[in-house]
Amino acid sequence: MERMFEWWHTDIDLNLMDFFSALSQYDFLQTALLAGLLASIGCGVMGTYVVVKRIGYMAGGISHSVLGGMGAALFFGFSPTTGALLAAILAALLIGWVKLNWHAQEDTLIGALWAIGMSIGVIFIARTPGYSTDLLSYLFGNILLIPKPQLWQMAALNIVVVLMVLAFYRQFMAVSFDEEFARLRGVPVTLFYLLFLCLVAVTVVLLVQVVGLVLVIALLTLPAAIAGHYVYTMGKMMVLASLLGMLFTTLGIMVSYELDLPPGAVIILLAGIGYILSAISSRFLVQQQARMDR
Amino acid sequence: MPEPVIEIRDLSFSYGSGTVLEHIELDVPRGEFLGIVGPNAGGKSTLLKIMLGLLVPQSGRVRLLDREPVAARKDMGYVPQYPVFSRDFPVTAEQVVAMGRLGTGRLLGGYSKKDRLIVSRVMEETEIAELARRRIETLSGGQLQRVLVARALACEPKIMFLDEPTANIDMRVENDIFDLLKLLNERMTIIVVSHDVAFISRYVDRVACLNRTLLCHQTADIDGHTIQELYGEDVRMVAHRH
Repeated sequence: MERMFEWWHTDIDLNLMDFFSALSQYDFLQTALLAGLLASIGCGVMGTYVVVKRIGYMAGGISHSVLGGMGAALFFGFSPTTGALLAAILAALLIGWVKLNWHAQEDTLIGALWAIGMSIGVIFIARTPGYSTDLLSYLFGNILLIPKPQLWQMAALNIVVVLMVLAFYRQFMAVSFDEEFARLRGVPVTLFYLLFLCLVAVTVVLLVQVVGLVLVIALLTLPAAIAGHYVYTMGKMMVLASLLGMLFTTLGIMVSYELDLPPGAVIILLAGIGYILSAISSRFLVQQQARMDR
Repeated sequence: MPEPVIEIRDLSFSYGSGTVLEHIELDVPRGEFLGIVGPNAGGKSTLLKIMLGLLVPQSGRVRLLDREPVAARKDMGYVPQYPVFSRDFPVTAEQVVAMGRLGTGRLLGGYSKKDRLIVSRVMEETEIAELARRRIETLSGGQLQRVLVARALACEPKIMFLDEPTANIDMRVENDIFDLLKLLNERMTIIVVSHDVAFISRYVDRVACLNRTLLCHQTADIDGHTIQELYGEDVRMVAHRH
């Protein structure tokens, strides 16, 4: 038994050594790790809002519509990130408009936008000569294929998100907490709501490059939801969620490299397992606390 | 009689085809503690929302501090009927109170030093200073209500509106809240909506019974007489102007 353990232990050690030597050797791994770390910042900050405001469905709509923009970008020959950004912001504004003016039909319309965006993307991709193989990496991401210059774009998107949130932290918090009161205090609620959805859109574009547009919602919400189990202000949630995002993406890249599995899916699985374990243990802690209090 | 801070003339309001308020006339003098009572769906919250400029009436005129409701908002404090937000929102009592400082001072970044001073002063005044760092999820109903009163006070209002401020808390705490309001009334006009005529008439200067249509007017009238009989001197005047 002890022997077996030892064997297992050295194997992991060797593998880790493998990974780190590969990391120093291969540019693409370094780029992937950096991309994961960068994406985690936006994911922690905006994910916190998505979780406390419970708008995962709207974020899902935005992220799936991104395919329309990426397909169009392929067809017309401009950068897919630009296409994704334009589509995400357009989708965010449409969804925000639906939410504000068409409340009764909200989930039908968001669901329709979600599918229409994807259909537009699929059609564009089908009509792009000799270029249909990449669809899978749009849907499920491939962090290992991110070209190095893209890191600068990601950093820029992050800076936009973080600066906006720092500048309007009070207004965003008030609008998410109690819209009516914010309106009474003269905060332009509609403007901030749409701005907020646009920042979600920017974050989605960041994350699409890491885990693909189907898996974005999970990476956006799971780290923030785990953070919500342990800390009780939005600022702390954002920091902890970013750190957790970094942990999941880094571990995910390591595991997927070792086992030769798709990194996006591994990252999401790790985040999912982390969430389930955290949910169970935090519930246990609460019960324990209640017993102690009694 | 001091000059009125609120003037309402011939106000009518309806949601679609259902008339909620009809020909409302109301003058509120500066410094008054006014209770608005009436049956459920009698239009109390609607009238409050019109005064705050959240709803626009189909006809009639509303002036607060000689301004349109929306323009006068900066001088209003508002305590909503709780709960209007989710209790598990990750926010501390102090952060909620600080929201009352929004719309004043700078646009970007955090709260100013002056904001922080005002926040800690109103938290002292409402006796919740020691709850500052507590998450709102962990507060009792009465404590949360004080936080919401403190948030309204942080606006430094000239007129304070409260919608059923004690709907979800027990009797003893209800008394505490109204004792606090009575104290605040020394420096501001207070308008409180309640369905509990008997209780608030011990505190307010005047009770306005609100019922939406002329048809219901008689019932309200009888209510008024009943209160006067029940509480005698406590109710100085019962306004029936609908």
